[in-house]
Amino acid sequence: MDNTQEPKLKIRARKLSFFYEGGHQALFDNDLDIPERQITAVIGPSGCGKSTHLRTYNRIYSLHRGQRAEGEVLLDGENILDPKTDLLTLRRRVGMIFQKPTPFPMSVFDNVAYPLRLHFRLSHKEIAERVEAALQGASLWDEVKDQLRKSGLALSGGQQQRLCIARAIAAEPEVLLMDEPTSAIDPVATLKIEDLVLRLRERFTIVIVTHNMQQAARISDRTAFFYKGRIVEVGPTKQIFTAPKEKKTEEYITGRFG
Amino acid sequence: METIAKPAVAERPAAPQGAPSLASLGRPPYRPLFWRKLQDNLVQGFSVLALALAVGVMLWILATILLRGSEALSWDFLTTLSAPHGFKGGIGNALAGTLCITLFAAVIAVPPAICAGIWLAEFGKKSRLADALRFSANVMMGMPSIVVGLFVYMILVVPMGANSGLAGSVALAILMFPVVMRTTEDMLMMVPDTLRESGLALGLTRCRVTLQIICRAARNGMVTGVLLAVARVSGETAPLLFTAQFAKTWPTAFFTGPTANIPVLINDYGMSNFEDLQTAGWGASLVIAVLVLSVNVIARVAFRDKKD
Repeated sequence: MDNTQEPKLKIRARKLSFFYEGGHQALFDNDLDIPERQITAVIGPSGCGKSTHLRTYNRIYSLHRGQRAEGEVLLDGENILDPKTDLLTLRRRVGMIFQKPTPFPMSVFDNVAYPLRLHFRLSHKEIAERVEAALQGASLWDEVKDQLRKSGLALSGGQQQRLCIARAIAAEPEVLLMDEPTSAIDPVATLKIEDLVLRLRERFTIVIVTHNMQQAARISDRTAFFYKGRIVEVGPTKQIFTAPKEKKTEEYITGRFG
Repeated sequence: METIAKPAVAERPAAPQGAPSLASLGRPPYRPLFWRKLQDNLVQGFSVLALALAVGVMLWILATILLRGSEALSWDFLTTLSAPHGFKGGIGNALAGTLCITLFAAVIAVPPAICAGIWLAEFGKKSRLADALRFSANVMMGMPSIVVGLFVYMILVVPMGANSGLAGSVALAILMFPVVMRTTEDMLMMVPDTLRESGLALGLTRCRVTLQIICRAARNGMVTGVLLAVARVSGETAPLLFTAQFAKTWPTAFFTGPTANIPVLINDYGMSNFEDLQTAGWGASLVIAVLVLSVNVIARVAFRDKKD
């Protein structure tokens, strides 16, 4: 694997395996490097383990009984799979956006203010300031500035997803995990979110799972191709899409299966 | 990078040789549509009939109590003490008693039932303890209410040496508990797991996710469940016969003495031979039916989930 890239590696997965309840193995010895402040796309056919892989980076899988990961996921050199890892600290550093928008059942303002109040000691004024900044950062401010008191659930699907992004970035994470963030959203809203992700790249390390290959090609710096729980190929996005080294990768990106 | 097995390129299976083509076979004659249409009409007809039966019985009941009860109805009827045959009386004490007994039952049952429901949905899940709790709740829901009344008579009325409104509340609370617990659980289970995950992913504790996000998302359903349970038990008669019993006074001795209530009043007046008491019984039936109906309507309309 090409470790000769100059940017610092934010996350390194080493021999990462994953098991669901009942011992079904979903990931096999995944090795993957996530460079800092770049967008890494994870692609592959349905059920290939790309989401499962992503969900180890903030250990969100541990909500579910019987799921476990083996191997190492090093965040700035520290193995977060270590049982001693403090999950609240980890999740403060690693934010996540899900496939379906998940606004909390509260106002637009409170959705974004929630993590602010939770994690930081801030005055009311500072919170309002940061809520606006986060909504601006998520390209949503202009659309909701007059309806901050409205329920987050009343927004459209694309707006809800950007609200979730605003909420995630308000918490000032270092890494942003995105699990098919546009698959439940219409094409126009999808483009908005893609633009947004490209801008977020300056401040955050982003890992995005997508089943939309054009999306991976449009926005990511590096792409990892997963197949049946294994990482078949990782490399600069351009190389993966123009000159894949593995036959399987070529077959997938040319649409011969998947 | 590990090498992977050589990919199998999918090839379209060749058509078997010698099989006749669809085109050469042509279109066979159709089966008649008559029977299928008849079947369709029959099923629809039976559905409408069943609906008419259900709604019809309800309307019949409502019409009867309206017809018989409305002549008893007046402001005085609702606000004065009950009186024996031959005297002008109302159901004020029974109405007040029913409100006290039912509300106090809710105060006893709802908080622990909601906590138990939360535990089942969020923490117990498929554990053995949770399954045991669900099973016993189902058993409790199937328990005849008169048995619950007898039980409370044994554990409260006998030791205290007197019937009391409190005992009635306890009996109703026992009936409410499993209902509220299960509806709370059901409502919480309907909240998608991704909402839990997105809360946790922001660095919230399980406790915060549960109380501030999941319960809030399920709030309307939970309130509806509580209201329907209250409405359901407020007309229960059997558990009150041995516990609250009845009193001709205002429910001032709620904790220590027999307490008037509408279901037992209806029971007593309905069995009497005096026409004035029977009419009062119909009036009381109308009152409790209207109360229960309005709680139902409030629960369904006011706390309906806005679509999101």
